[in-house]
Amino acid sequence: MDILIYGIINSIALALMALGFALVYGISRIANFAHGALYVINGFIVWTLLRGAGLNYFLSIIAALIATGVLGALMYQFILIRVRGMAISEIIASYAIGLAILEGLRWWGFKGMSNTLPVFWEGSIMIGEVPVDLHRVLVVVIGVAVVGFLWIFTHFTRIGLALRGMAQDERAALMLGIDSDVMALVAMALGAMLAGLAAVLLMPLGNIVVEKGYNVLIQAIAVCIVGGLGSWMGAVLASFLIGFAQILTTVYIGSHFQMVVALLAIILTLILRPSGLFGRQKELEERV
Amino acid sequence: MNMEQRRKERLDRGIKVRTDGIYAVMSMRELAYLIVPRFVLIAGMLVLPFAMPGMYWQRVISIVCIYAILALCFDFLAHFVGLVSLGGAFFIGVGGYITAILNTSFGMPPLLGVPIAAVAGGLICTFLLLPCLPLRGVYFAIVTLMYPLAMGRVIEALDIFGGTDGIMGLESFPNRWVEQYLVIVTVLVFLFGLRRLVNQDMGLVFRAVKDNDQAVKASGMSITFYKAIAVFIASAMGCFGGACLVHIYMWSGISLFALDFSILPIAATVIGGAGTLVGPVLGCFILVPISELLRAFGTLRIVFYSLILVGFVVFKSEGIMVYGQRKYHQFERWVKV
Repeated sequence: MDILIYGIINSIALALMALGFALVYGISRIANFAHGALYVINGFIVWTLLRGAGLNYFLSIIAALIATGVLGALMYQFILIRVRGMAISEIIASYAIGLAILEGLRWWGFKGMSNTLPVFWEGSIMIGEVPVDLHRVLVVVIGVAVVGFLWIFTHFTRIGLALRGMAQDERAALMLGIDSDVMALVAMALGAMLAGLAAVLLMPLGNIVVEKGYNVLIQAIAVCIVGGLGSWMGAVLASFLIGFAQILTTVYIGSHFQMVVALLAIILTLILRPSGLFGRQKELEERV
Repeated sequence: MNMEQRRKERLDRGIKVRTDGIYAVMSMRELAYLIVPRFVLIAGMLVLPFAMPGMYWQRVISIVCIYAILALCFDFLAHFVGLVSLGGAFFIGVGGYITAILNTSFGMPPLLGVPIAAVAGGLICTFLLLPCLPLRGVYFAIVTLMYPLAMGRVIEALDIFGGTDGIMGLESFPNRWVEQYLVIVTVLVFLFGLRRLVNQDMGLVFRAVKDNDQAVKASGMSITFYKAIAVFIASAMGCFGGACLVHIYMWSGISLFALDFSILPIAATVIGGAGTLVGPVLGCFILVPISELLRAFGTLRIVFYSLILVGFVVFKSEGIMVYGQRKYHQFERWVKV
């Protein structure tokens, strides 16, 4: 029973981490390797506003989300836009930005175990015989809400439809008057905000440490690759797959193997089915 | 529009054509045009250990050379075979652990253990990367980025090869001159060896694999075979570097799989000039000492070189060496359009 419940929680957490990455890649074909850094910097901004400036928790979360979104947009507008379409340069550039952010935070003294965010609600409830704290319940609720919101957003709003059009065929979208750069900018900002949202929800469960940036990036990549790069529903399904696999290995083998699972999932999926379990890509573009 | 329409025209110097393949060299001056740049590089690298003030900077030179070997691997794989490998740390780690085990368990002396580790490590890396070889572009890049990370975590989780503590108490090289000249000569041999290789028949096939693998396939050659050979060459070189590194530090641990070894060579390649093979070596000689000078600032140096990397990737993607070669071989003039 607790495997089921914590598996679901872990899966939703993974989905939250991965959605931003999947969104950006799906729309602009940029593999945003600064994803983990955006995640950590959001936590950092919230912490600074909360502890340093003494702002209201809710307000500081909103401010941090906006700041992260702007950061993502700036990153696209001034750096990534120039290497757009050169996949390897995109990876190197975004990874280097991420590295700069993370190591900059580490240099600034953002390490150790002392930095934590408070949970939203104290206390816990019993589901069956398993105690679950309220914050984790909230994570699940908000996670599901975010997935639902994204679905509605991409199916029923003008911007969302334009984003999906870009994702499916950039040239056709351009001909219909959708500005691909603006859309990619929006996608980057949204992706950064999703990373930030994941950080806000998941950070209170642990400490804010720089290493988390790397782990989040690996897990996001794992989910996106298993689900098929660019496929959002695939990413959600894959996060359940990896989420349960991680919980099962933690219970039966040892918690050391949690990251090994994610890494092996990436390697095996890429070797066996590069377009992912649920992706539909052109085979020739990815392997000979 | 009153602006004068001009464009820059670039023409090869005549001497470049004469020295470039047909070798119709006519005077000492033209001979010098051909030889001086190579001579400066070789002599400069051989003199370097004497020019360094003190032990510490001599050690830095050894480290620079190991990074240079890695950068050569990356440049060779990425720009001559079309396999963008972000897994330099994987080669370093495999080579390092093999020679560490040979040394501590079997008492193999470093000068024997290092070449064995290079060949054995090359074979192991090639074998492990074999299933990924059909992958293209980003997919290959991501999968190779994940290999060293996975390897490090597996060693940590299984607690094999000394676990998180690593393997300690390795023999060092007989003396520091052997250590330095081993890596320096190795860099030079690899550099000129690769330059020669990419112009041989096999190098032509490599470049064909990069440009159009379908055409190579259609000519009845196995792409996977050639890619495997290229990966073997590169990984054997990388493992050699890793093995040297382990004996220099007299310690082998999980940090051999750290991202530093994957990222810094790429940065050096981008800065030095991709696809020139000399460029990456040059890039390492610029980047690594700067990074050493900034050691006092802790992780700020990583910030620093990632920012340099971004700047070069985005704004000056040709790199120093390509720029230099252009100035050396060509003259420019403005012409009216």
